[in-house]
Amino acid sequence: MAHAKNHDYHIIAPSMWPMLGGISAFIMMTGGVLWMHGIDWFVFAIGFIGVLYTMFAWWSEMAAEGESADNTPVVRLGLRYGFILFIMSEVMFFFAWFWSFFKHAIYPMYDYPGTVYHKIHYHFADPLSIPLMNTLLLLLSGCAVTWAHHALVHNNDRKSLVQGLALGIALGIVFTAFQAYEYHLLLTKDGWTFGGDQFYSNFFMATGFHGLHVLIGTIFLITCLIRAINGAFTPDKHGGFEAAAWYWHFVDVVWLFLFFAVYLWGSAVMH
Amino acid sequence: MADAAIHGHEHEDNRSFFQRWFMSTNHKDIGILYLFVAGAVGFISVLFTIFMRLELMVPGVQHMCMEGFRLFGSADTCTPNGHLWNVLITAHGILMMFFVVIPALFGGFGNYFMPLQIGAPDMAFPRMNNLSFWLYVAGTSLAVCSLFVPGEAGGQAGAGTGWVLYPPLSTSGAKGMSMDFAIFAVHLSGASSILGAINMITTFLNMRAPGMTLFKVPLFAWSIFVTSWLILLSLPVLAGAITMLLMDRNFGFAFFDPAGGGDPVLYQHILWFFGHPEVYIIILPGFGIISHVIATFARKPIFGYLPMVWALIAIGVLGFVVWAHHMYTVGLSLHQQAYFMLATMVIAVPTGVKVFSWLATMWKGSIEFRVPMLWAFGFLFLFTVGGVTGVILSQAGIDRYYHDTYFVVAHFHYVMSLGAVFAIFAGIYFYIGKMSGRQYPETLGKIHFWMMFIGSNLTFFPQHFLGRQGMPRRYIDYPEPFALWNFWSTIGAFISFASFCLFIYIVYYTLTKGAKVTENNYWNEYADTLEWTLPSPPPEHTFEQLPKREDWDKGHAH
Repeated sequence: MAHAKNHDYHIIAPSMWPMLGGISAFIMMTGGVLWMHGIDWFVFAIGFIGVLYTMFAWWSEMAAEGESADNTPVVRLGLRYGFILFIMSEVMFFFAWFWSFFKHAIYPMYDYPGTVYHKIHYHFADPLSIPLMNTLLLLLSGCAVTWAHHALVHNNDRKSLVQGLALGIALGIVFTAFQAYEYHLLLTKDGWTFGGDQFYSNFFMATGFHGLHVLIGTIFLITCLIRAINGAFTPDKHGGFEAAAWYWHFVDVVWLFLFFAVYLWGSAVMH
Repeated sequence: MADAAIHGHEHEDNRSFFQRWFMSTNHKDIGILYLFVAGAVGFISVLFTIFMRLELMVPGVQHMCMEGFRLFGSADTCTPNGHLWNVLITAHGILMMFFVVIPALFGGFGNYFMPLQIGAPDMAFPRMNNLSFWLYVAGTSLAVCSLFVPGEAGGQAGAGTGWVLYPPLSTSGAKGMSMDFAIFAVHLSGASSILGAINMITTFLNMRAPGMTLFKVPLFAWSIFVTSWLILLSLPVLAGAITMLLMDRNFGFAFFDPAGGGDPVLYQHILWFFGHPEVYIIILPGFGIISHVIATFARKPIFGYLPMVWALIAIGVLGFVVWAHHMYTVGLSLHQQAYFMLATMVIAVPTGVKVFSWLATMWKGSIEFRVPMLWAFGFLFLFTVGGVTGVILSQAGIDRYYHDTYFVVAHFHYVMSLGAVFAIFAGIYFYIGKMSGRQYPETLGKIHFWMMFIGSNLTFFPQHFLGRQGMPRRYIDYPEPFALWNFWSTIGAFISFASFCLFIYIVYYTLTKGAKVTENNYWNEYADTLEWTLPSPPPEHTFEQLPKREDWDKGHAH
């Protein structure tokens, strides 16, 4: 007979998901190489589906564990630590893109002796039009999520929780739509290219990775909305929602940096 | 044992083989998986170097021919296959950096012993721990794939860019699939390490035994904690850099392409912003292991516990602000060179604190030369040699002449190949009884140590001379004046390789015929951390009853 554990930590039974995730990642990456070299895309698709399935199955299991007795205060604290650390690593990922942007903006290559590269005049859209609107949208969306959080924590007000989340998600989707529209304008009307010049490279990768994170954050919030409608989350136990809210605020902050550095300052110095 | 009940002696393990090793959520099993895979990859990577040293044994190209591999030189004409050479040095670097040393020290020993030392029943996220392992396996597989697909469109297999993957060699210089496989391999290895770091930090902060405050945590656990921060903050930056490479290569972006206003030197900055913390990621867990080994076999508590912890932290912090000392010759301004030179030399201070504290620990100790202690001695000597040549290289003026010569090769192999690897061996001999329940054979272990010590010194010490003579790195051939020391260097590599084969035999012998370990603590009372209160091997679930303060707070230790 096994000894009963006599501590509050969560000991987890063997699980299939990590290996499935690893194999799927291998297939996806191999498929990615094949796809980039024009051979085929379906290997990538298979791997990608495997990765998505692993995430879905794994995190469903975690959501179920969250409702069980395994989810002690110390385990919840650990999950919070873990998520904050994950966000820190994400911050460092964006650090690389900002590094590249600032380097090229402050020390442009056309200043170097002997270079064949000449200064390009980029046709910037007015940063106070769509970009400012997008800034306000994301900030408002963050407010809506915070509203939902406060409604849950202070009054256990389920109606405001659901409404706040839904509003936050809707604003996020509008942001993504505006961003897509802006890309469309830049590429068709303003003569920008996807790659080809260092500024376009920096612009599309930095804002593109931000957009990807908005998308992920939106899915995260939608998951929370569905769980909230199904009665999950209590005023003192709502780790999944809290993580989603943190992630959303992180995405917000990255956007603020993008807005002020790339759109406002960038359009001023590189015009 | 009185504490048998506490630590769950009679626990019945009813997992199947597949569940235990493929679906594991157990930090000890995952640690062992890491060690075995890292060992296997290490063997492959060492084979590459043996082939490379064989080629460098005498001037001229005798073995890496376009006509095919030749184990022995022959009279037939041999057209040098420089691409193969480049692929081998690249693969050796990538495998050793990302897939051998970090997985062994951080993934293997870190996983197994950090939770034990702080009295945690497992890692904070046991499933994610296994995801780290499987992503590491996936990354290794991609790295191996990259060896067998074309480096150039329709060209020879493999990418020959060097492990740093500098553009334009890695962008317009290697258009085949191989480079993309290598980039994705590094992506997955990075993801694996970041998840591992999140797990380690959370475990360290959240799961220490009751009463174990931060400055009562054993040094090895501290070293893993500091390493985790370096991984968490530096690897995402590398992920950004190699994603830029990927975009430049495949989608016509211009991050590093001067024709589009990009800057290849920018890549070097971002790479080394990761790359310098990386060398501390490699060596810090080794510092931790060495501290415990020396304290145990000098029969004295470690000298200056608190300065040792702060030295770890200081090395970690300083490691982030010295990266451009790898780039003195790319055209940095004098101010930049002066700053990076000073900052780099400052790291010698906390490192010196560690080395002198180890020496002070041994001072007037009753030293016992068991095999782990021999490796710790070897580590001290070799790491100090590597550290001192590092201080030489930190000077921008001198680096003008040493840059990209064999002096640099000798320097970083003394700290990594000899420093970190000796720490791994010290750890294996120190802990193999704990992990397997069987003790290694003492005499064979000593022979292994002396063969490796002589072999690796013979390999790398002459490379200092070659560097001073001006022999450049990364070439398949060299002129006659460099012949003497290259010959001896190769002899040393053969001896080292023989010692590695002996090591494999020792592991096999230990696991099958080694003497059974009966005591929990088979060393002495100065091995006083919590892993020594457990049976050997520890049961599936440890610390089901959390350890009490008297189990770990021995007073004399700290």
